[in-house]
Amino acid sequence: MLVFQILDFPAVKWLFLVLALVMPLASLLTWAERRQSAMMQDRLGPNRANIGPIRLKGILHFVADALKMIFKEDFIPANVHKGLFALAPVLALAPVLIAFAIIPFGPTIYPHAITKVLDADALAAAAAGAQGAPNLADAIRMQILSIDFGLIYYFAVLTLANYGGTIAGWASYNKWALLGGLRSSSQMMSYEVAMGMSLMPMFLAYATLEPGALVLAQGSQPWNWGVIGWGQFAASGAGAGAVPGLFGALAMMGAFVLFFTAAIAETKRAPFDIPEGEPEIIGYFVEYSGIRWGMFFLAEFIEIVFISAVIATVFFGGWQVPFLDADGFRIGGELGLTGVSGGHVFAMKHGWVVALQFLAFGGKVVLLSMLQLLIRWTLPRFRADQLMNLGWKLLLPLALVNIMVTALIKLISLSMGS
Amino acid sequence: MSTAHDDKHGEGERRHDLGHGHGEAAGPVVLSVSDRHPRVRTIQVVRPRSEDSSFLAATAKGLGITLKHFARNFFLPMRKAQARSKAGAPTDDSWRNEIETVQYPEEKVTYPERFRGLHRLMLRDDGAVRCVACMCCPTVCPAHCITIIPEESENKGIEKRPAVFEIDELRCVVCGLCVEACPCDAIRMDTGEHARPVEDRADAIETKDSMMGRGIHSIAVQGGEGPDWRGHGVE
Ligand code: SF4
Ligand code: SF4
Repeated sequence: MLVFQILDFPAVKWLFLVLALVMPLASLLTWAERRQSAMMQDRLGPNRANIGPIRLKGILHFVADALKMIFKEDFIPANVHKGLFALAPVLALAPVLIAFAIIPFGPTIYPHAITKVLDADALAAAAAGAQGAPNLADAIRMQILSIDFGLIYYFAVLTLANYGGTIAGWASYNKWALLGGLRSSSQMMSYEVAMGMSLMPMFLAYATLEPGALVLAQGSQPWNWGVIGWGQFAASGAGAGAVPGLFGALAMMGAFVLFFTAAIAETKRAPFDIPEGEPEIIGYFVEYSGIRWGMFFLAEFIEIVFISAVIATVFFGGWQVPFLDADGFRIGGELGLTGVSGGHVFAMKHGWVVALQFLAFGGKVVLLSMLQLLIRWTLPRFRADQLMNLGWKLLLPLALVNIMVTALIKLISLSMGS
Repeated sequence: MSTAHDDKHGEGERRHDLGHGHGEAAGPVVLSVSDRHPRVRTIQVVRPRSEDSSFLAATAKGLGITLKHFARNFFLPMRKAQARSKAGAPTDDSWRNEIETVQYPEEKVTYPERFRGLHRLMLRDDGAVRCVACMCCPTVCPAHCITIIPEESENKGIEKRPAVFEIDELRCVVCGLCVEACPCDAIRMDTGEHARPVEDRADAIETKDSMMGRGIHSIAVQGGEGPDWRGHGVE
């Protein structure tokens, strides 16, 4: 049907993703950050913004903030480079929104089969074109771009966000802004290396760079999710196969910690906020005000959501709900090439399964975002030299070691399995 | 995961201590001193504990602390308003949540008895103003914010009373000297109310009527009709 074909169109999916998931989440995060940090510091935080009697614990503060920023004077200081000054916030915001293209934010939806249970028999019947089989004609894939080099695309696009800060610093004609811009570019360059390297073990373990395929490979059993990756290392059958599984899990957890650290550094928030560092230099957006500043601000929060989405996808099974497969909740069962089969199944209709999986992805993203906020409000800022030391002397060597160790474990487990 | 650069930094600081801390009471613990030269010493080196020198463990510890506070404040009920209004250490079971914030317009803390709030003009037994327009308070007022225009009272025993009595609360420095100066307990600041927020400066001026509206009968004895403190007129 045409409707479903339009819904499956990448631009439509992108609009849906940005308008329905990313923007609300990022806006809510601006409120959540203030409330959460307040509660961590034994305060109440902003809880009074209201429309008439509707107060909602102050959630409406982000509406007030947005209105304020839009109606504020758009002040452009003398001597700035007008074109670049205007371009910089866009350059900071756009790459983050574009990068969302690779995130699989839900399972593939078969709109005609919403009320059917999609178990192995039904799928086989549909494939054979049998009478009464579920109609899988229109599939809406909840990923905008499924490209083989998916995560490389993410690294490439987010590097562009670097230009936003640097150009803002340069165009502002302000020494503090320039310092902030330089700091931001040096920091992002350093941590991109460590970030890319720390994800390599995942590629080795799951043999794919495509986030959608990565989620499918992780399956519904939590111990096969990226942060543990048991099934990718433990050779099946033999009791000794558990040993590589154990070491593989350690390597995967190491990869998670390394990647998470580098990713937080990429968002340029505390404890890695030296490009902004309020007490010393205000940062590359010191000359910005109103909605232009708001775009930097929003970009920062969208980046948090994005990092959470990437981590959820790569390390926590993306939209997978623990023990929920396409045909319902399953206890036991064997992990095969086409997913888990066998075991005891509590059948569920396709619609419910999809809804739960959407919720799971949203929940994982929210929890990981809150974890980032928790870290941001706990740790003090690094010094610039400590930051560089951490990136180049600690994260990068550890990531390299982790790649080799993971490769070794994978080799051992493969040789044991054969 | 101990960090090489941090250790190096710490070493430098310790050497620094050794050089300048000599002869001071607080310094490194000296284990032995060379008999050739007093500055050649063996000292107890304070190494950072491993859980403090490793990013990961220290981070985890810090996250635990902040998470504990967050969970406590998020899940436990708010303290009772009265409990929160009391300053000082928690005393009863209602102090479960760490948040001390008072939600101001809905909740108010009870102020100490001698809190100086909005002025009020006290009343005689018949409801007339007690003030005799003696001009003590405008004289003593450091902010010159009291305006009194006296007039003659019909009551010959009282002689004078204010026709206009205005206090500009925006200029008032809430020093309480007017209350101290008043010889007949006619002006008080014991209302326990703040000066109100206003939209126009003129609205911040308290008039005789508004201050009398908050007034009560004073039990102090006053001259004029009836018994006074000197004992005149006492039967
Ligand atoms: S409190 Fe002090 S400043 Fe205010 S009216 Fe009285 S004397 Fe004047
Ligand atoms: S309020 Fe008291 S001090 Fe002030 S003029 Fe009246 S009687 Fe005198």
